[in-house]
Amino acid sequence: MSFLTIGALGFGALLGAFLAANAVDTGILAYGLLLVVFCVVGVFWVMRRGDDTGGPADPNSAIPYNDAVVRAGVIASTFWGVVGFLAGLAIALQLTFPVLNFDLPWTNFGRLRPLHTSAVVFAFGGNVLIMSSFHIVQRTCQARLAGGWAPWFVFWGYQLFIIMAATGYLFGITQSKEYAEPEWYVDLWLTVVWVVYLLVFLGTLWRRREPHIYVANWFFLAFIVTIALLHIVNNLAMPVSFFGVKSYSLFAGVQDALTQWWYGHNAVGFFLTAGFLGLMYYYVPKQAQRPVYSYRLSIVHFWSLIFLYIWAGPHHLHYTALPDWAQTLGMTFSVMLWMPSWGGMINGLMTLSGAWDKLRTDPILRMLVMSIAFYGMSTFEGPLMAIKAVNALSHYTDWTIGHVHSGALGWVGMVSFGAIYFLAPRMWNRSRLYSVRLVSTHFWLATIGIILYITAMWVSGIMQGLMWRSYDSLGFLEYSFAETVAAMHPFYLIRTIGGGFFVAGALVMAYNVFRTARGDLREERPYESEPVPVPA
Amino acid sequence: MTYQDISYFAQTWGLLYLIILFVGMLIYAFRPWAKKKFDNAALIPFKED
Repeated sequence: MSFLTIGALGFGALLGAFLAANAVDTGILAYGLLLVVFCVVGVFWVMRRGDDTGGPADPNSAIPYNDAVVRAGVIASTFWGVVGFLAGLAIALQLTFPVLNFDLPWTNFGRLRPLHTSAVVFAFGGNVLIMSSFHIVQRTCQARLAGGWAPWFVFWGYQLFIIMAATGYLFGITQSKEYAEPEWYVDLWLTVVWVVYLLVFLGTLWRRREPHIYVANWFFLAFIVTIALLHIVNNLAMPVSFFGVKSYSLFAGVQDALTQWWYGHNAVGFFLTAGFLGLMYYYVPKQAQRPVYSYRLSIVHFWSLIFLYIWAGPHHLHYTALPDWAQTLGMTFSVMLWMPSWGGMINGLMTLSGAWDKLRTDPILRMLVMSIAFYGMSTFEGPLMAIKAVNALSHYTDWTIGHVHSGALGWVGMVSFGAIYFLAPRMWNRSRLYSVRLVSTHFWLATIGIILYITAMWVSGIMQGLMWRSYDSLGFLEYSFAETVAAMHPFYLIRTIGGGFFVAGALVMAYNVFRTARGDLREERPYESEPVPVPA
Repeated sequence: MTYQDISYFAQTWGLLYLIILFVGMLIYAFRPWAKKKFDNAALIPFKED
């Protein structure tokens, strides 16, 4: 197995050298050399580890789980979370105080904004999904991850994808598709990594000892397969040269726009929703120590969600050149999504039925439940905003940004933090987290941050939309564009403060995870499991 | 095949096909004799330790 891995890495190093030697621009020269470094370091790393592809965290485990790659995922998720949130705080500050663009090409908002979105969605969210899917598929199949070094290739290959994408943005390399900015060579690399990811996941399902495939794995499988489909179709492009960074999309005009938003909305639907629902269906029952409220509802949730989501993309193109019937189709499917979304939310919340008292004593469970509450809230708001009449007001305003962040910070962020806190003590085989009280601190910092963020964006967005559409008695626009920008300044400041709270919470988590990994236990008063009697 | 043909097919047979799939899924999930199977499936996360 190691020979195969070393052979593949050797081929990768030759390919990198070939690209670098023939490069027509510095981009391909740099990334060709980076591929050489990645593969050469990989060869030494694989040789040094010999046959050790990772063992179980618990030495008494009957099944030889590969927990080492999950542990690496906890570190990578925490690291990229902090990086991505800091990038978000930086661009929130730039919007509030434009002088912070520093008049440099590498630090302006236009380049840092995709850095932020890719860092939080793909670097943080992607690492959380790979980490959790690798953990959950092993435990629910009672089988070791398939494929020897393959899970490690997925992990490190994904980090290389992040590095290539992120540094490319800063140097101005982009194909200008929102959430799909990386150029053709990065897209091809991610395709290779993703196919190996799918094979590792399928291989693990194949060797399962449990006859039934648990519902969380269905969500993960839908996420992996659909993202592969979306990624390949939306990134179909022709490079100007195979030794240069620039490429042109296969699509043009409104077809390009529809393909892009079919991709973009389903990145939300399958990356940020289906994948993270896989986390919900495993970590919420585990942390609450009770099975999911209704397994049958989870099946209906799964099939109706994946069927409806794929059609909702056109709601990003209301009142554009897209044919009217296609806009209506997108709106209708978005409204229908209310049902599976709320079915799933009720299923998650009702899992706590009869155990609500645990919220008082378990801040990790509190985080998971808060995330489900935000899932319900943002999946209510989304269909509302997809209705054409509402979209006429909300589109292109900050309301959209607020909506995205109630989903991203509230739902995806909170459920990811819950997963990281669940995994940290188990993957390092510690008796508990370094500090459970610090989880509560993180919970409140994050919650206050989100509330400041989304309320500021609601007010700012609706105000912005109303100012754009107000006319005076003679039919002239009431406000100039600059006036609407000036009016938003106080809300941008509130948003920045909210972001600061959220970053502070993530730093508390990073500290807690670091001390847990080191094996430290903070001396602290444990949470009471019984209510303290009040003296008469 | 014209746009009209595709549109007619999608709005009749396509619709019927998807409704049958959806009803089939509901029957799969809610057929009474599978209650025990799904109740056991819900306990899978607790089997590892």
